[in-house]
Order: sequence, then C-alpha cells, then structure tokens
Amino acid sequence: MSIYFTKDHEWISVDGDGGTVGITDYAQEQLGDITFVEVPAAGTAVKKKDAVSVVDSVKAASDVYTPVSGEVTEANDALEDEPELVNTDPQGKGWLFKLTLSDPSELDGLMDEAAYKSFVETL
Amino acid sequence: MRTLPLTEADRTAMLGTIGAPDIDALFKDVPEAARFDGLIEGLPLHASEMAVSRHMKRLAAKNLSASDAPFFLGAGAYRHHVPASVDHLIQRGEFLTAYTPYQPEIAQGTLQVLFEFQTQVARLTGCDIANASMYDGSTACWEAIAMATRVTKRDHVVLSAGLHPHYVSVARTMANYTGDTLDLAEPELVAHADDDRLIAAITDETACVVVQYPDILGRIPDLARIADAAHDKGALLIAVVTEPVALGLLESPGALGADVVVGEGQALGVGLNFGGPYLGLFACNEKFVRQMPGRICGETVDADGKRGFVLTLSTREQHIRREKATSNICTNSGLCALAFSIHMTLLGGKGLAEMARVSHLRARQAAERLAKVPGVEIVNEVFFNEFTVRLSEDAREVVHRISGKGLLPGVALGRLYPGVSALENGLIVAVTEMVSEADIDALCDALTEELT
Repeated sequence: MSIYFTKDHEWISVDGDGGTVGITDYAQEQLGDITFVEVPAAGTAVKKKDAVSVVDSVKAASDVYTPVSGEVTEANDALEDEPELVNTDPQGKGWLFKLTLSDPSELDGLMDEAAYKSFVETL
Repeated sequence: MRTLPLTEADRTAMLGTIGAPDIDALFKDVPEAARFDGLIEGLPLHASEMAVSRHMKRLAAKNLSASDAPFFLGAGAYRHHVPASVDHLIQRGEFLTAYTPYQPEIAQGTLQVLFEFQTQVARLTGCDIANASMYDGSTACWEAIAMATRVTKRDHVVLSAGLHPHYVSVARTMANYTGDTLDLAEPELVAHADDDRLIAAITDETACVVVQYPDILGRIPDLARIADAAHDKGALLIAVVTEPVALGLLESPGALGADVVVGEGQALGVGLNFGGPYLGLFACNEKFVRQMPGRICGETVDADGKRGFVLTLSTREQHIRREKATSNICTNSGLCALAFSIHMTLLGGKGLAEMARVSHLRARQAAERLAKVPGVEIVNEVFFNEFTVRLSEDAREVVHRISGKGLLPGVALGRLYPGVSALENGLIVAVTEMVSEADIDALCDALTEELT
C-alpha cells in the first residue's frame, strides 16, 4: 500500500486498483472545525480533478478534488454524524470515499509523503 | 463609507483590462431599439425645485391609485389591509435598513426578527425550514428550480401553465444561461388547472415540477396528486404561492407533499408600492438545507448559555464560496421581511384565517353577482379570493374603458399573454377584504353597461 498527495491537499492511499481518498492534516488545520462533509454516492464515475466532495468548516465550504479517475465504491457514512473525524484523524477514520482506479498511471503525477512535506513547508 | 471618484485615466485603464473600447460597449446586450440617445423631449434641462414639484404633482394626479377607486387587481400582487402600526414599527431607527449588517451578530434584534420571520414562513408553508427571504416571488421561484437541479442532478423542469407568466419569464431568462430545459405551456380558459398535463410530462429526467397554488387564473391544483407523481420519478415538487393569505384557509403546500415552497410575501405587511420592493419567500424540507439559497438565521446560546442568534451556513454563500455558491443572492429583503413579520404577528394564526375567510367570502359574493351580468361567464369552479371571468369581448378594451371611469376591474389576460387570442377575453378578478359591497355593485354596473 502506498500513499500519494496532491497540491490541493488531498491524499490517496492505494492498494491494488482500490484507493481511499481524504484531506491532509495540513488541510484540516487550515480549515478549522469541520461542520459537515458531503461525500459522493457509491457508483459515481469520477474524473481526475473533478470536485466530488465538499468539506464545510466554520470558515469555508471547500471542494475536494479526486486525485485520480475511477468509480466511487464507498463513502464514509460515519462523517454524517461525526464530521469532526476529519479534524481528529484526517488520514485515518476521517477518510472521505473509496474508489476503483481506472487509470493507475495517473498516480505518477502525484507527490509522495516526503515531497508533500517539503511542498507544505514552502506555503 | 468613502466615495472614491474615478478619473478618466482610471476608466481607460479598467476598460483596457476587460477589453471594452468604451462604456457603451458594456450595454451592448440592450437592444438598439430600446436605447435612447439624446435628450428627452419636453424635459427642460433646468427648472426650479418649486416648478418641478408642481409638475410632478400634476403628473401624479393622472394616476388612478388603488386607494382611490374600487379595486379588483391581483395576479401576483394583492391589496390587503396593512395596519398603521406596521409602518410605524418598521420605521424605527433600530430597524430601518434594507440590509443585514456586515457583522450580523452585532445586531441581535435584526437577527431575532429574521428568525421569527423564518419561523412564520415555515409554519405558513408547512415546511421544516425557511430562509431569511429572497428578492421577490419570481426570483425565489427560479432559485427553487436551480436548487432542484442541484439536488437531483437533472436539468429538465416542468412548469405549470398556471404559473404566473412573469415568473415563467424569469425562469426562461435564467435557463437561457444554465441550459436547463423548460417544459411550459400557456393556460387555457377552463375550470381545471393543468394537473394532468404536468403528471404526463414527468419523466426520469425531471428535476422538478413547478406549480402555482392557487394558480394564475385562481384555480387550485391538486398538489398531493402531483407530489406523488413527481416523487415516483425522483423529481421534486415546487409549489409557488403568490397570495400567501390563501394559506390562511387552504391546506399548506408542505403538508400536501411539496418539497420546496416559494412565493411572494407582498400581500402581508408590504403593500402594493407601485410594484416593488417586494419579498421572496423560500421554504423547504430540512434535508435540502445545505442546498438552500440565501441566508438562514439560526438560534443558539452564547458563552453564558443565553439565547442568541447567528447567520448560519454562510460558508455556502457568495461572499465566501464565490462562483461555487448555492446562489448569487447574498442578502435578503430585510425591511419587507420585517413588515411581513410584524403584520403576521399582529394577525396571529386566527387573525390570518379570519382575514382569509373574509377575503374568500367577498370573492364568492362578487363571483355570484358577476355571474348574473350578461356577457360575463365565471371560468373557475373553485377559487380562493381571485377568479377568472370570460367576457363577451376583448378584456383589455373593457378594462381600458372602465378604468377611464374610475374603477379598476381586474387584470386582462391579454396584458399577461399578448397576442394569444384564446385568452384575450379573459379577466382575472381579485377580491380582498378591502373590497366593499358598494365596490362590487360598481363593478357589476360598469360591466353591465360596457357589455350590453
């Protein structure tokens, strides 16, 4: 299993052709208290960089872009009652949705953990 | 607030940035024929204040205003009794602003009014929640359509033929740019609304069905039946109410299954005001709250546990979410909402029902009398305080002649649907509690005289 990051502060952890997507710790910290998360329905076909999810915080309602193309297989229903999971455990229990990758080569353009860390340091 | 005047150089730089040769180029969407270049004939460039005032008074005296004549106009704007206390209260300095303040929570009184307003609108429409108001009925109607397309992710919209043509016109303008498909029709001068046509038009592609209740001809569609048909196909039912007083007697659209109820709030507290400013109402099922346009005021507690009010869900609004906002409305009709709320508070539930009852009885009385006038035929079987009659000749002509005699008999359908010959003998007659028996006599006499 490997994890990749985008410049828009999403992460995707990939296992075979399945991926799990969420927002990074940096993103949740910038947004502040998360009040609501809108997740895509299972079965939705998504294209890399589509705005597929919305994270509402006390400061803003922000789009989340899918790092890769594919079909959504599952959304994190726990967020409906506990959107704060995105704050407390953004890269764990606060995941947003899972999808089946249609083109794994799209991962090539993404950052690994070290690259993302240095990217965040420049912000 | 400072005013920073622009220099010619500023203007040139701005025009250069957007690539427009001159200011006039920004108005190119206005058709050439509608543009006026030059001075208005007969209007002097200079006149004294006294001379202007005298001239304007002379012009104003040519108007036949609602309070000066027996008055039967409705079709989307209604003349009801507004107690003098409404005007007195809205003019208090603490309230008299059209805007929600930019730091809203500092004005707890304003927010409390909006919260009470929302509560009243939600109860009136039979919905879970209402927002703090929209600009007017027609724009609220479009916002509801736009919301339904977001919720259902579909772009096909079925409009009732009984939807006010001005509302249809706003929807057509907007759909021009959003690309949504509108299924529309003109009304027919028959007793029943077009429920069957609507139900037949609903498909798996339909985002919503938009039904006016009561409709433009005063007929009362079967909302529950349309709601079932819409929900079967996964579409939403949007009910449009242009006469909120009707809900003092009729079952609320929310209770009949409407998902969104929008309307014009003018009839309560606001007055005719020469056509504006008016007040858009917007209420819906709670599950759509995050897709709802406009502002919503919420009740909460402060650090000491005391009741307080906030603007909530602002993160979906334009000033934060920019082009991704749920709508472009970023304010509310604050003063009109206040007037609505004060009037509703003065009436109470009982008072509203009583006002609706008196209005309805007067309308029945008028319809019974009019039915006996040769050349007048009542179209409706059922109505609240407004119904349509078919005259034996072009209603616009008749209205023109009768209004010359100091009586406003109704809105001719030819005015709302120009060039539609099947409708040109139609006249919409609205009768509120402001109409006296003598007014009804005058209307019947005038029509008898004109049509025979």
